[in-house]
Amino acid sequence: MTRHTALWIALLLAAIAVAPLLTASNAALNFIVFVLIIALAAQGWNLLGGVAGQSSFGHAAFFGTGAYVSALLQLRFGVNAWAGLAAGIAMGALVGWVIGFLSFRAGLRGSYFALVTLAFAEVLRILANAMGFTGGAAGLLLKLDLGFANLQFSSRAQFLWLALGFVALGLIISLRIAATRFGAQLVAVRENEDAAKALGVDVLSVKLRAIAISGAMTAAAGVLYLQYFLYIDAQIAYGVWISVEALLAAMVGGRGLVLGPIIGAFTLHGLGEATKAFAGRVPGIDLMVYGGVLVLVVAFAPGGVLGLLAKLRPKSRRSGETA
Amino acid sequence: MTYPLPIIAEAMLNGLLTGAVYALVALGLTLVYGVLHIINFAHGALLTSAMFAVWAIHAFLGVDPYLAILPLTPLFFALGYGLQRYVIGPASHGDDGNILLVTLGLAIIIENGLLALFRSDTRSLATDYSFQVVELGPLLLSQARLYGFAGALAVTILLWLLLARTDIGKAIRAVAKEKLGAALVGIDVRHVYAVTFGIGCATLAIAACLLMPTFYVNPRVGGAFVLVAFTIVVLGGMGSIPGALAGGLVIGVVESLCGLFLGESLGQIGIFIIFILVLLFRPTGLFGARA
Repeated sequence: MTRHTALWIALLLAAIAVAPLLTASNAALNFIVFVLIIALAAQGWNLLGGVAGQSSFGHAAFFGTGAYVSALLQLRFGVNAWAGLAAGIAMGALVGWVIGFLSFRAGLRGSYFALVTLAFAEVLRILANAMGFTGGAAGLLLKLDLGFANLQFSSRAQFLWLALGFVALGLIISLRIAATRFGAQLVAVRENEDAAKALGVDVLSVKLRAIAISGAMTAAAGVLYLQYFLYIDAQIAYGVWISVEALLAAMVGGRGLVLGPIIGAFTLHGLGEATKAFAGRVPGIDLMVYGGVLVLVVAFAPGGVLGLLAKLRPKSRRSGETA
Repeated sequence: MTYPLPIIAEAMLNGLLTGAVYALVALGLTLVYGVLHIINFAHGALLTSAMFAVWAIHAFLGVDPYLAILPLTPLFFALGYGLQRYVIGPASHGDDGNILLVTLGLAIIIENGLLALFRSDTRSLATDYSFQVVELGPLLLSQARLYGFAGALAVTILLWLLLARTDIGKAIRAVAKEKLGAALVGIDVRHVYAVTFGIGCATLAIAACLLMPTFYVNPRVGGAFVLVAFTIVVLGGMGSIPGALAGGLVIGVVESLCGLFLGESLGQIGIFIIFILVLLFRPTGLFGARA
């Protein structure tokens, strides 16, 4: 990482952090918190789908597991919310590892991997929706009990800073990984799996580590969602929407780039809100824009928003180079 | 839990009837996969739009859903041809992962476009034969679903004949087997891709016409079908037309029996478990030859 990138990241995080000092609007703060949760889920997706090149269509499996594990521990066993958070993250990693173990060992790649992750998420959704233990179709409602110990905050600003802290942690982890041998191996697996294998990379173990960390990050987003809204059901926690949101944010921001998920989440939801303000209360109109943006990004800007920004930078200083 | 035999038999027969229509939905998906080697995520959303089309021309013009096959089949062929030729093909730059994402984007656009247009209300259409039943010994079978079964089988056979006996069928098979070779002998590969995608959409239009007399439509209905269709395609072997038919019938029966024994909310789980098991242990499917 160059000092340049570090500066940009610090500026971006600082800008989000001071938002609650500039506005007291609940709508604005809700928007930022929600987008941060999506960004965190997308950071998880990006590690596996962006850096390691294994596109998942089922990150809801991790998001939902984080949310449900934490909610069930709190409601059914009286466990503290922070312990619930830790357990949710750990279970997210475990579910990731299990799904990865089954599907990577079976040699599933590309479309097949995308489909199998989608199916795993759907199985979990149906189970959570059908079982009494998980609250069935009625879902789970956390008791309102404000306090730091319960991971519930009376002010939106405090929750925003907590969510921002998690996103920053996700950034640091992503940056650390990119700087290590493991990060290089992930890229090698993405670019050419067979070549990576031939060079002695233990492909299965690299992929498994990636999906476990990815699952943990997205599960953390699920727990944050639970703690903010205090309610989940199978459709929210395990629904296809969150798998798509995680994928979209990472793709639109800049697939595989550490800042991609944050930029993508803010770009998409900013566009969504603008469309809603423009087109009025037509249901689904913001999602239509998301779909359109996805197609346009794939067609014209494979590097996402960050890729476009990089193209805009003057290249005069590199004019002497021929390679 | 035990059920008397006639109830189980009825569930199985109803499963077969539903399964044939599932097979028809899966047919387009498997054909597109077999030729273009892509998974079309927009398949479900395209089915939903076909179902809305059937509903709309019945509601506004009073056209019978079975009669709607005549205008909708060519219309959806043209739609599919255009989508592949002018959107999916150019946007994805020939990369498989990109195609998956582009079709996902299209699915989101179509689904939410329908939501914006028709809102989330569930609609169905009433025909005078919607509730007619046929007695088969002790069993009662819905007349419209029997038509659906027959129609689905007929389309499967027609499609198979098209691929086996016509020039364009030969070209499609050539492109599926060896794209470069096909291009070398003068086949316009992009045209064949678009025709294949068009045929896939045309089968969806027919499926929608056969479904609507007994089914309902809302903007999210395609999602329920598309995962079932994926399962059938994977089970039957990606790209295999007899596989899609057999897979569809099997899945129809499995769903019907799971619904009977596990209840409404858990019923679909059988399908996904089959899906995961087949993907993990036999990703070439039960009928697929190619990996």
